[in-house]
Amino acid sequence: MRETPHASARRSRKTGRRHPLATLALLAIGLGLTGGAYAAINGTTAATADTAPQASQSMIDEGQKLFVANCATCHGMNAEGTKNGPTLIGVGAASVDFQVGTGRMPMSMQGPQAMQKPPQFTEEQTAALAAYVASLAPGPGIPDPALLDAKGNAANGAELFRINCAMCHNVAGAGGALTQGKFAPELRGVEAVHIYEAMVTGPQNMPVFNDQNLTPEDKRDIITYLTYITDNPSPGGIDLGSLGPVSEGLFLWIFGIGALVALSVWITAKSN
Amino acid sequence: MAQDESGTELTVAGSSVGDEARAGDPGTAIVAHDAVQNPGLPPHRERVTDKDPKKRRHAERVVYTLFYLSIVGSIWAIAAYMLFPIDPRDMGSVRLNNLFIGLGIALTLLALGIGAVHWGKALMHDKEGMDIRHPVRGSEETRARAVEIFQEANEESGFGRRALIRNTLIGALVAFPLPAVVLFRGLAPQDEDPVKLLNHTIWKKGTRLTIDPSGTPIKASDVTLGSVFHVIPEGIQDAEHMLEEKAKAAVLLIRMNPDDLHVSKGREDWNYDGIVAFSKICTHVGCPVALYEQHTHHLLCPCHQSQFDITHEAAVIFGPAARPLPQLPITVDSEGYLVARSDFTEPVGPSFWERH
Repeated sequence: MRETPHASARRSRKTGRRHPLATLALLAIGLGLTGGAYAAINGTTAATADTAPQASQSMIDEGQKLFVANCATCHGMNAEGTKNGPTLIGVGAASVDFQVGTGRMPMSMQGPQAMQKPPQFTEEQTAALAAYVASLAPGPGIPDPALLDAKGNAANGAELFRINCAMCHNVAGAGGALTQGKFAPELRGVEAVHIYEAMVTGPQNMPVFNDQNLTPEDKRDIITYLTYITDNPSPGGIDLGSLGPVSEGLFLWIFGIGALVALSVWITAKSN
Repeated sequence: MAQDESGTELTVAGSSVGDEARAGDPGTAIVAHDAVQNPGLPPHRERVTDKDPKKRRHAERVVYTLFYLSIVGSIWAIAAYMLFPIDPRDMGSVRLNNLFIGLGIALTLLALGIGAVHWGKALMHDKEGMDIRHPVRGSEETRARAVEIFQEANEESGFGRRALIRNTLIGALVAFPLPAVVLFRGLAPQDEDPVKLLNHTIWKKGTRLTIDPSGTPIKASDVTLGSVFHVIPEGIQDAEHMLEEKAKAAVLLIRMNPDDLHVSKGREDWNYDGIVAFSKICTHVGCPVALYEQHTHHLLCPCHQSQFDITHEAAVIFGPAARPLPQLPITVDSEGYLVARSDFTEPVGPSFWERH
């Protein structure tokens, strides 16, 4: 395979610079970078946690009561998890706000996937639950409202969406099927805060898209794109659910071929 | 009464079809005594437009009205083109423009077609006719005359006599498709061996894994548990054939609990602390496989529903794919960035003839 000029230039520069003290320098740089990265990651975690409303002890206690009454059956008395449900230690407030705020939790029954339904708790109760779970161990917090304003770069968001999300959620956010009864839900009309939390926490079988993969600004752009396609209907007319060849093919097979058959029958029938 | 070119009279329903016209020589065919008799055509039935002058005038009105409508449609399509101009800043104007021009053209063609068919069915002469098939072989006279014509033409053109002209003409006819052959050959790889191109990707030892599309290098610590990164090799933006290279080199990077990985012998150092990299190109027909499920560790191809189990080195667990997805051996460099240990150890993507 041909080398790019860029890569070969870098290599030759490296070879030319080798020095007896290079190993030492490299070690120092490595240590410095590791430390720096550690500080940076800790810094970002702290920043996200700071954006969550300051949870008072009374809120945490309220959340613990709700947790014991509604969630402990599957997630354990201290959120340590049971064989029916995963541990919630370290999932963070964002995860609770997503799962409870969209009605996915508490689950009505075990199944391939927790289904979305009307939320079972009020906003205050959800916030209390989130505060309790967040108090157990640090985890992703509720996102900063400034990242949810849908005023980012929709074009960049669309590109990131096509690369990272569209294979499951469909390029128009219409959702799609996964394996063994699971599916990626429709994203049009989903609240920005829930989209953000889903990317950070990776609910159920969705992978995690942390801030090193998609920066908070990237996530804002993706939300902008999804808001754009929710607010701007398809310029090509009826989109038939944006499901691609499934709905479009079905429409053509039934109505297109149906019209051709009807016309053929009429053309070949004798006139009265 | 109409006659066909051989002078046989065309018969119409009601008149007896001449038996001798159908009998012919049966040749070696066995003619059953109880063969189904030709039932002939059913008796002619008059249409309402034949019997009732009012109905006929009505049908006439319908046909010319349809043709008028067709003219209206054509004019409407032209008018719509002018009345609903496309404003590049407004997608709604594109929709209106397409809709009304389309409606005009649809009216034009449908009214024209329906009018023509209705004319044919309701008003045109509809007496059933029968054209008896005549022998394929011409009469001796016709055949002799045909040979004579050919000889005459040969004589007059000098095709047989002027051998040089004839042969250069044949040569010219043979040569004229050759440029097309060369031009179409030019679409295929020229100075490179396609088998070699298909066997290798741009990945090589030490190439950093970077995020698609930004090209940011990825640290092992960035890839948290349950994460999926869509990866391109570093420097692919500068590659000569960027899209061709990307189509082979696209990789999916996944981190899972190292205990969940079932690593086969010889691949022990291909993952880094539970971080695995697999080709994103399906081994069935080359669709990008990227529908990863975090807990089941299934990777689903959206085109034909092939499923790969990432815990077992992307083994095929369902669907038409014949082979596991090739794994990219990875490690970290001195700065903590993920790098490839080598190129893929087998060709990525679907089978091809010379694949070993």
